Amino acid sequence: MKKRLMQFVTGTTILGMAMVAGAAGISTDVVKIGVLTDMSGVYSAIGGKGSVTAAKMAIADFGGKVLGKPIKLISADHQNKADIASTKAREWADTDHVDMITGLLNSGCALAVQKIGTEKKVISIATGAGSTTLTNEHCSPYGVHYVYDTYALPKVAGGAIVDTGGKSWFFLTADYAFGHSLEKNTAAFVKAHGGKVLGQVRHPLATSDFSSYLLQAQASGAKVIGLANAGGDFINAVKQAREFGIVQGGQTIAGMLVFLSDVKSLGLDVAQGMNFATSFYWDRDEASRKWSQRYFAKTGSMPTMNQAGVYSAVTTYLKAIKKAGTDNPDAVMKTMRGMKINDFFSINGHLRADGSMVHDMFLVEVKKPSESKAPWDLLKVIKQVPGDEAFMSLAEGSCSTVKK
Amino acid sequence: MNRKLWAALFLAGLAAPFLIYPVFVMQLLCFALFACAFNLLIGYTGLLSFGHAAFFGGAAYVTGYLVKNAGLTPELGVIVGTLAAGLMGYIFGILTIRRQGIYFAMITLALAQVIYFIALKAPFTGGEDGLQDVPRGMFLGLVDLGHTYHVAGKPLELNLYYFVFIIFCIGFWIIHRAIHSPFGQILKAIRENEPRAISLGYKVERLKLLAFVISASLAGTAGATKSLVFQLASLTDVSWHTSGEVVLMTLLGGLGTVLGPVVGAFTVVALQAELSAFGSWVTVVIGVTFVVCVLSFRRGFVGEVLEKIRTRPPGQND
Amino acid sequence: MHLSYQVVLAQLMLGLNIGAFYAILSLGLAVIFGLLNIINFAHGALYMLGAFVALLGYNELGPLLGMPDFHMNYWTALLVAPLVVGFLGVLIEKTMLRRLYKVDHLYGLLLTFGLALILQGVFTNYFNVSGISYNGKPEILRGAVNLKFMMFPTYRLWSIAISLAVCFATWFVIERTKLGSYLRAGTENPSLVQAFGINVPLMITLTYGFGVGMAAFAGVVAAPIYSVSPIMGSELIITVFAVVVIGGMGSIMGSICTGLSLGMLEGLTKVIYPPAANTVIFFMMILVLLVKPEGLFGKEQ
Repeated sequence: MKKRLMQFVTGTTILGMAMVAGAAGISTDVVKIGVLTDMSGVYSAIGGKGSVTAAKMAIADFGGKVLGKPIKLISADHQNKADIASTKAREWADTDHVDMITGLLNSGCALAVQKIGTEKKVISIATGAGSTTLTNEHCSPYGVHYVYDTYALPKVAGGAIVDTGGKSWFFLTADYAFGHSLEKNTAAFVKAHGGKVLGQVRHPLATSDFSSYLLQAQASGAKVIGLANAGGDFINAVKQAREFGIVQGGQTIAGMLVFLSDVKSLGLDVAQGMNFATSFYWDRDEASRKWSQRYFAKTGSMPTMNQAGVYSAVTTYLKAIKKAGTDNPDAVMKTMRGMKINDFFSINGHLRADGSMVHDMFLVEVKKPSESKAPWDLLKVIKQVPGDEAFMSLAEGSCSTVKK
Repeated sequence: MNRKLWAALFLAGLAAPFLIYPVFVMQLLCFALFACAFNLLIGYTGLLSFGHAAFFGGAAYVTGYLVKNAGLTPELGVIVGTLAAGLMGYIFGILTIRRQGIYFAMITLALAQVIYFIALKAPFTGGEDGLQDVPRGMFLGLVDLGHTYHVAGKPLELNLYYFVFIIFCIGFWIIHRAIHSPFGQILKAIRENEPRAISLGYKVERLKLLAFVISASLAGTAGATKSLVFQLASLTDVSWHTSGEVVLMTLLGGLGTVLGPVVGAFTVVALQAELSAFGSWVTVVIGVTFVVCVLSFRRGFVGEVLEKIRTRPPGQND
Repeated sequence: MHLSYQVVLAQLMLGLNIGAFYAILSLGLAVIFGLLNIINFAHGALYMLGAFVALLGYNELGPLLGMPDFHMNYWTALLVAPLVVGFLGVLIEKTMLRRLYKVDHLYGLLLTFGLALILQGVFTNYFNVSGISYNGKPEILRGAVNLKFMMFPTYRLWSIAISLAVCFATWFVIERTKLGSYLRAGTENPSLVQAFGINVPLMITLTYGFGVGMAAFAGVVAAPIYSVSPIMGSELIITVFAVVVIGGMGSIMGSICTGLSLGMLEGLTKVIYPPAANTVIFFMMILVLLVKPEGLFGKEQ
């Protein structure tokens, strides 16, 4: 019995080795795009089903076909867990022959998927993750970082707030890589603009009670309380700051990563006057308004920068396939790097060798309730910052695939 | 009959990667081993640990870190991960082994939270992002576990698969031996009637502690292997949800049955894979499974089947 | 961070706020455990449910009834949520838990764990996990009170007061009244109490209903402070378990005191070493287990 089993083992192994196929380059007869996003967790309002809708719109607007082949969309929930994202991406690459994966709302998931993309030659376009490591120490020839990163956001917001008088800062930082990186970069820009950092407190992720931390921020006497956190943590902190009379006491709150949905959830009454940086606002110009209203008609809410980013990313990817005449990932990446990316989302955009999609960023302010004329009339654009000013330069970066 | 069943299962295990997506099968095997290790504790000592994720995930981190940063070969990585989980099991055991029932469950749960905290905070774990990019390495320095074969256009990671399969078989065999050894019999005796076992002169606490350490070690083996398969160790591995899942797997398959945990693990993992597109409904389905299982078939799938066979009237035996 | 006495006092007050929630939740667990011998894993989910009753009553009930301007106010929610959830508890006990009294008590833990997953999963599917604001805070409880060493929000003061009031009322009923003496006797020797003509099964059912009602009450009290979210109970319950282990499940007063003091310990940790704030209770638990394994107020089993 055992002998026969051994034969079977060796037999199958040899069979397997013999059948190693060298047939790469011939793509399946369909271009498959996967949207891997958070459908049920803390970031579901930022991406989630809205991102899937945006991707669907992009494919439909492109005509449903590229180079005569149909475009297919698949989607799944990564639950913000790197292991689920990695499992799913691997399965998509192995069994579904997916060509491009987008969405990816947190850094852990984006890193995991980008890693698998490198191994399996699948393009990944992260629209929600913030970490700059995606385009630096973990950069990949198949990885694109599309919407924002933890360098560009504080560079745009931090400097501007110091320039308008917010000279002393105290940070409330979510105690994980994302928060640390946001805090570190903001602090650097604050100092560069002549401001100073009085202190910081690191809170666990998903904190429900910020009161202790807020009191420490209050006691510091800092002019600006910088929130290096996101989503639920950001909302809770802002709400409770109001409860403890912090804003009324003359301190300002500055969110380092704020989404339109956060402002909507807080309400103008609580959020008014806050400055923050964003890649996109629906009411920014004619093109953004036009697209966003179509999106609104389908989903019932205005798009966040991630959702708009998914549409733009999918469209750019499809355009590149058309231009390159193939869906071979190397060729598509090369083509994308040579394209100008200008649409309702991205202004003066171009994809760099390290994977960073550099485009103009915006400093916005939350309107006062009296200024708002419609339910989604929430922000006003104060300043447009050119992409090359906002994003980290290639020289500063540490991507190993970029020749300096 | 038993021998034939085992042979058939073994063959199925060998052929599986050609029939089913291999990464999925490897995931099944890792969780099946995890559940079997867990079952050794609850099924044979009656102790319900609600913190077994600490061993599973703890070992995943240790193995992942050493293979990635110290250049350990995968088999050494798994062995060290197993030992680390065993050590953790020993420490947990000293703190908890005198407690019983619900207290034991709650204390293991809380201790596992401490491990979760460490995984979140320690400098080598990668915090929220997890420990990524774990290489699969060269087995014994000779066989590349990362190698992908292409059979009929399907990418198959056969080296890795058989590596995982062998680990599973060894782990399963150890558990099987432990259960059927005098040690296993004494454990059963303790579970049935602890005072009597004490009066017979058995050092009950020491035996329970040993069972706990073995269980923790093998849970560690499963976690260590998983970190090589998925090339990452993450907070999910150490979270209390994972502890809850392994309880469900074991319960669903059948507490104290040899094959039950394997069946249970396959069911739960397959369920999660099938339902993954439905977001939080997975949680609901798992919750419902728990409730139904507790209310109507506490013996689990395998346990119920065995009970049917046992209680069948003698005349109908073939 | 400079630790002046004002800072310490302020953090202790905030800790007391958290501690009051720990106390009321661990007390509910202890009451249920006393009579049913199960640990109610669904306690956190039912706390969440209580908060959602308040939230939905305020936001959705009016439109549902065709009266868009109608909001179920906070005070009504304080009464209605515990009743709704308590009734659900009665149903759970009558249809499910009851069938498990003859088997190992661990099955009760597993069943309630399953129930917790169901509740959390269903709510996650319909509501955003990052939380929804409850806007029904009554006018009278808005604003802040000057405590000399800090400005303390009135609502938080109220939440401490009402939680403690409920805790002590429960303590009084169980330790000082005739009803309580039945309960305690039922804990010690159910068959004897049954023999005296007291309907023990009914008493068990109502105890479970009361215990989870307390969780719902805590949920309503928490709603205006924290965002109401489907996962608000799931992490909390694990912490409360640790509180229960530290206190031991022997005494009502033990649960209350442990809850309050651990809340304050957490409050202090938030100034001394903030990242450990979520975990300090678990470290405390290990310490207590090493020194006094049965818990601070527990009786050796």
